[in-house]
Amino acid sequence: MDLTFTAAEEQFRQELRTWLAANPPGPEPRGDEDAHYAWRRDWQRMLHAGGWTGVDWPLEYGGRGASLTESAIFFEELGHARAPLPANALGLLLGGPTLMSWGSEEQKERFLAPILSAEEIWCQGFSEPEAGSDLAAIKTRAVRGGDGWVISGQKVWTSTAQYAKWCMLVARTDPESTRHKGLTYFLLDMEQEGVEVVPLRQITGESEFNELFLDGARVPDAQVVGGVGNGWMVALTTLMNERAGLAFFLQVQLRQQLDRLVEAARANGAAEEPLTRDRLADLHLRTELLRLMAWRGLGTIERYGQPGPEGSLTKWLWSETNQMLVQTAVDVVGAEALTAGSPWSFALLRARGNSIEGGTTEILKNVVSERILGLPRHS
Amino acid sequence: MDFEFSDEQRAIRDTARELLAERRAGEGLWPELVELGWAGIGIAEENGGQGLGLVELAILAEQLGHACAETPFLGTALAALAIEAGGDAAQRERCLPALAAGERGGALTLAGRRELIPDAAAGEILVVADADGGTGELYLEAPIEPTEAIDPRRRHGLLRPDAAAGDPLPGGVAAALDRARVVVAAEILGLCRRALEETVAYVKERRQFGVPVGSFQAVKHAAAQMLRDTEMAAVATYYAAWSADFDAPSLPAAAAIAKAAAADAGRAVTAAAIQLHGGIGFTWEADVHWLFKRAQVDAAYLGGAASQRARLARLTTA
Repeated sequence: MDLTFTAAEEQFRQELRTWLAANPPGPEPRGDEDAHYAWRRDWQRMLHAGGWTGVDWPLEYGGRGASLTESAIFFEELGHARAPLPANALGLLLGGPTLMSWGSEEQKERFLAPILSAEEIWCQGFSEPEAGSDLAAIKTRAVRGGDGWVISGQKVWTSTAQYAKWCMLVARTDPESTRHKGLTYFLLDMEQEGVEVVPLRQITGESEFNELFLDGARVPDAQVVGGVGNGWMVALTTLMNERAGLAFFLQVQLRQQLDRLVEAARANGAAEEPLTRDRLADLHLRTELLRLMAWRGLGTIERYGQPGPEGSLTKWLWSETNQMLVQTAVDVVGAEALTAGSPWSFALLRARGNSIEGGTTEILKNVVSERILGLPRHS
Repeated sequence: MDFEFSDEQRAIRDTARELLAERRAGEGLWPELVELGWAGIGIAEENGGQGLGLVELAILAEQLGHACAETPFLGTALAALAIEAGGDAAQRERCLPALAAGERGGALTLAGRRELIPDAAAGEILVVADADGGTGELYLEAPIEPTEAIDPRRRHGLLRPDAAAGDPLPGGVAAALDRARVVVAAEILGLCRRALEETVAYVKERRQFGVPVGSFQAVKHAAAQMLRDTEMAAVATYYAAWSADFDAPSLPAAAAIAKAAAADAGRAVTAAAIQLHGGIGFTWEADVHWLFKRAQVDAAYLGGAASQRARLARLTTA
């Protein structure tokens, strides 16, 4: 056991901290989603100019070649600086790494650089109305047509689709197939007829997500990733990449949210109440466990090349803790936390999605009990 | 950031696990462990021990918890931590070699609380620590009234209400008390791991409605919760143990978190083990009740989860 950072890691952190202090993202626009996204896009351009996009990407693809630990530090520091995730997070965290694993040389050459610069935004077209937790139930079809594929169907929960140039799309290429077989992973050009993006209004009143209607959308053969019929394996790579780095950003966000709550509780005297103190201490404890678990999980990946049980457990505990935190805030802060448009009320409503997005808690428990504890699959 | 045990630490763990698996029900386990030097693993070499750190002590405590062993290891180790930290030269010389050699028993308790003290016995060594002031008193002849606890595999006692004051430990015992809590957390962690192992094995075997009960989601999700609680206790415990040796300023909060997480996990995980064993789990014959009983005593010992959270609130909220 050695829970210290190396000198190189400390130096990386210091260098980044200095850069972030000198290059703040500017005031966060409120109430206007397009303006908010434009702000994040500008932020990514600043990061890119400073050499801070794709920190974990290899040098040959325009990244910084940072280690896993340095990449985790990057997300921690972004959180500490109260800076947002770069606009093209889906391209940086999911699309790019998937192409590096499965893409052809031509694809890497064509697609990677504009991800880093935020010139081309990416979105992810996996979920469908009838393929949520059960992703293998995908129905969107791709059939041969001309020098490529013609795609029809519907996707849902497609965040940033309204800004995206490219969509990581999984569709069924073998009409006879069922479940995991016969799926193919495409890079779909969003700027074409046959692609319609409809905002999905969520319980906060915002539209982070969209529905995506595909009616004869075209994809050339050159934009198939990982070969026809291999879409499930390629999609798994994307999903595996989803949690590692993000866990550090979310964990720091949670810590900051808790700091704000403790401040509020001190200011209005709620921090004197024994039950509130107990709850705040529990939130502190859970937040600290999440931090430690994220680092332990990273160590597992560094040592064994694949994630251990930490990822699923951390996501499960994180969503539960964030929901507990915002619910405690309603008790501590009072009316303002229930006033429409206030930061706490937004947090209260947004948190309900935490235990659903990126794997529902129920599915995570199945995954944990089957893959880690080895219990039999349910019949 | 590396949470993995070193080769030496792994060797300690594996040796302990193998030996305890063989001797599970055997008499004469303690003399054998003393022979191996375990009684003094955390005691400095100049005081007759092995001079290893708190991570190593926690590793042993976890394995003894896993085996739900019938040994006075815990009390011996905790008394030694307090005396080593707070005792003067004469007190250390008087107590530590005898504890390390298994010649005398030891125990530790908090002042002002009527708590069940594991391994406490009349006439043996006892440290009474004041949690608020960080001071400690040493008894060479412990004023203990033997008390039968729900866990019959270990001796317990209560501090006699009419006990005269002991000899002050001039060095203070605040940090030692935190270290002691980490060792207790580690023992609870072992209990949790064992409870989970027994339960997973059982629900894979036990069939109802023609299928293993472990295929029902209601059962699987409860088992997943057991794993989450256990792993969180593990990461908190070993972080605190490492802090004790290498990052002292982090120890107070880390120890409070470890003890709180482990205490809650110990209660919940061993209770879930009984539940998921069904009727068998309620019988004397099944092993899980031993784990539940020891977890109950350990969870309350040296301050339960609520009191650790109260402490954490003082440390973080002011």
